[in-house]
Amino acid sequence: MKKIAGQNWAILAVLVAGLFLVSCSHNAGTTTGSQTVLINGAGSTFGYPIYSRWADDFHKLHPNVEINYQSVGSGAGIRQLLAGTVDFGASDAPMTDAQLAQSKSPVLHFPTVLGAVVPTYNIPGISAELKFTSQALAGVFLGKITKWNDPAIARANSGLKLPSATIVVIHRSDGSGTSFIWTDYLSKVSVDWKNTVGSGTSVNWPVGLGGKGSEGVTGLIQQTPNSIGYVELTYAIQNHILFGALQNSSGEFVKASLESVTAAAASAADSMPKDFRVSITNAPGKDAYPIASFTWLLVPTTIPDVAKRDDIKKFLHWMLAEGQNDAEPLAYAKLPTDVTAKEDASISEIH
Amino acid sequence: MPARAHVAELAPSLRPLRILWDRLRRGDEIAHVVTLIFASTVVGITALLVYQLWIQSALSRQKFGWAFFATRVWDPVAGQFGALPFLYGTLLTSAIALLLAVPLGLGTAIFLSEFPLARFSDAFAFLVDLLAAVPSVIYGLLGIFVLAPWLRVSVEPVLSSRLGFLPLFRGPAFGVGFLAAGLILAVMVVPFIVSVSREVLISVPREQREAALAVGATRWEMISRVVVPFAKTGIIGSVFLALARALGETMAVTMVIGNDPKISASLFAPGYSIAAVIANEFTEATGNLYLSALIELGLVLFLVTFVLNGLARLLVLATAQRGSIQG
Amino acid sequence: MSLRGRWRKFVNAAMLGITALFAITTVSVLFFILGYLAYHGGKNVTWNFFTRLPAPVGEPGGGMANAIIGTAKLLFVALVIGAPVGIFSGVYLSEFGGKGPSFFVRYTADLLNGVPSIVIGIFAYAVIVMRAQHFSTLAGGFALGVMMIPIILRSTEQFLKAVPRPLREGAMALGSSKWRTVLTVVVPAASSGIITGVMLALARIAGETAPLLFTAFSDRYWSSGFNQPIASLPVMIYTYAIGPYKDWHEQAWTAGLVLLGLVFVLNVATRLVFVRKIAAFS
Repeated sequence: MKKIAGQNWAILAVLVAGLFLVSCSHNAGTTTGSQTVLINGAGSTFGYPIYSRWADDFHKLHPNVEINYQSVGSGAGIRQLLAGTVDFGASDAPMTDAQLAQSKSPVLHFPTVLGAVVPTYNIPGISAELKFTSQALAGVFLGKITKWNDPAIARANSGLKLPSATIVVIHRSDGSGTSFIWTDYLSKVSVDWKNTVGSGTSVNWPVGLGGKGSEGVTGLIQQTPNSIGYVELTYAIQNHILFGALQNSSGEFVKASLESVTAAAASAADSMPKDFRVSITNAPGKDAYPIASFTWLLVPTTIPDVAKRDDIKKFLHWMLAEGQNDAEPLAYAKLPTDVTAKEDASISEIH
Repeated sequence: MPARAHVAELAPSLRPLRILWDRLRRGDEIAHVVTLIFASTVVGITALLVYQLWIQSALSRQKFGWAFFATRVWDPVAGQFGALPFLYGTLLTSAIALLLAVPLGLGTAIFLSEFPLARFSDAFAFLVDLLAAVPSVIYGLLGIFVLAPWLRVSVEPVLSSRLGFLPLFRGPAFGVGFLAAGLILAVMVVPFIVSVSREVLISVPREQREAALAVGATRWEMISRVVVPFAKTGIIGSVFLALARALGETMAVTMVIGNDPKISASLFAPGYSIAAVIANEFTEATGNLYLSALIELGLVLFLVTFVLNGLARLLVLATAQRGSIQG
Repeated sequence: MSLRGRWRKFVNAAMLGITALFAITTVSVLFFILGYLAYHGGKNVTWNFFTRLPAPVGEPGGGMANAIIGTAKLLFVALVIGAPVGIFSGVYLSEFGGKGPSFFVRYTADLLNGVPSIVIGIFAYAVIVMRAQHFSTLAGGFALGVMMIPIILRSTEQFLKAVPRPLREGAMALGSSKWRTVLTVVVPAASSGIITGVMLALARIAGETAPLLFTAFSDRYWSSGFNQPIASLPVMIYTYAIGPYKDWHEQAWTAGLVLLGLVFVLNVATRLVFVRKIAAFS
């Protein structure tokens, strides 16, 4: 009996020791050279593709800096920044005054790139690009237009034979900057929307299925026939799902592209406020895409950890210079140069 | 040892002290205290958990009161939070799950407990235990890529064309929704019903069975008229246990329920459950009221499973005792 | 044979047949899951999967090496927290506790066992993450450890109680004090059972996702020490499964297969090694 018990304890000890060794195993490999600095960031899924790219590139340039960016949604980015559990947040919705007031140290907004939110759809048998008027889009998301062949949609798409299938609306289930941009636009173009739903990172959606993150919404659209949803342009392009053109404030149908987003940004560049919190949805201009936005990194002005602070500043400078070259391959628009200049200046406010 | 001698000379009223001292020297009291400390940790952790849920949900409890459970609006923009859609989704999906899992689980348990080859039955029971060990997120993975497309393409259209006169089976087929979540939950809770019911059924005394067979009952008559009625409370206990499991299940449900806080009669419609909304929104709840409302949902979930688990244990215990008294 | 007699025989056969069918259905679900995961995940079980870090989003390739180590680390922390508390409390219940206190502790443990894992996550977030101001392996491991405690506690108690009386009395008669008897006779006699409980608890929490979402969070890189966020297999499966990328889906299947393999190996090994020993005792 003693022998069996001895064996048993030995097995348990080996298990614990084994787990412990595995736990420590990789540290030996990574601690060569200087001390690794881990910077934790979380938030926007809108910017995730480029942030993930940047983190990787920056890590190659500075092997001792690891930027762990988790795409949990803009709402979560803001929340975790306020809770102090991450070093920086990322959001496509600027923080509200109420949120800023909750923060222990002032928070700076750094625009990183510009992106577009596009209406994506999956209609069996339709491979053409649809055109949406702002009223049609608001109607669909309000649940007032329920069939794909509704005149409000069909009128702008003469020549296409739309099915009489029920429209499946797909929206974000998590707090999302993409949702903010989308609802911000709908509030500007539809009084109905403004009064019944409003704009925010998470709203009380009148209809639809909820998907978690831009990843989740894209996934749901791919898997649900006759669906419509909204995601950042990159997700639509990378995943080969169709997206439609939108009628802008000048009445033109414009498809999201680097040019049309840049055109929308041009209108805002001159009126950029000092804290960079600006909305450019439904921007004026014939070529401007109406649902474009800056996306921001949220960085507290006070970062007590010196190593982290220096690396975050280094990263911000790099992001505004070389980093911008990563934007276009991923279908984001570069920042206007006078904006990057202003941002460069405000990096010095971090101490 | 002088100390001991001193104690021995003390007044008789202090004798208990001496006994204590003796036991302390032998180490028994120390062992008692050490293990007691660990046992208290268990109580302490649980108490702290309840306390945290209680105080962190204070804001929401004060603001909404009981109306929290009767409000169907979940509007983070307006700061309006009601638990009704989540309660509805949780209860509906669990009901679907039990409706399917109880017959399936009970049938399996009967087969396993009454099957003559004990070795075979044990191996089978082990496979069922393995089924219970499959992680929730893997059920979710299969739910997204296998179950939901199958429901959307093959099941829901057929159901709605045949049974569309019932509001339950009306509306467009999404694949994800109450039905998908209910089905996944059914598969997930079957092993719990099987393993607990099987034990309860096995504990039915032999004399009871033999008496039934002696008067000429068939095997099935013995099972349905003697064994199952005898084990009834225990079986109900296993169902309660399964229900508690289903109510609190998070990942698989989050992945297939559709995540939309709506109350719909149609089983095809997307919904939301308490656990799923916490998983989705807990990290991002901006604003203290929002967070507090989510934690209140956690508190509700805790209380419901608490009551159900308590009932289940009592019922299982009752049957086991009956078996041992009569057996 | 009378008509009624035949009818009864028919019902008997039919109902027993149905229960057999149900049993086969239940078990075939297991084989379906295994088969499906093996089919979809099997083809991508490559060296890279076990040795590489995840690729940047949208790019193919990469692996889940950090998540595999992450899961091991989380299990280690959980084991270090859960096993001692569970085992010692089990010893208390079986050997030292009075009737009243034991009932109370046992009841609390059952209560804790029934708490949904997502609620445990909230708890760990409130007491560790909020206090420490960051996500960490420690917080995730704590959440998992708390989930292990009641499972280990109940199985320890059960197996200690099953140790035959004569064995204890023999030791006591030789003048051994109670704690010595417990330590040298009772616990060793029940050791196979106790370890079975620990292993099964480990298998149960290895696949837990919900309590990790806002405690361990996730990490793109290697997480050093125990004070940083960390990736884990279940969370990676979740993130990759709901994502839009084909490559992610494939990796989610592979990760699912690896995770399921881990859980099953723990279960089967426990059964082969320890449950057999328990049987040998009784």
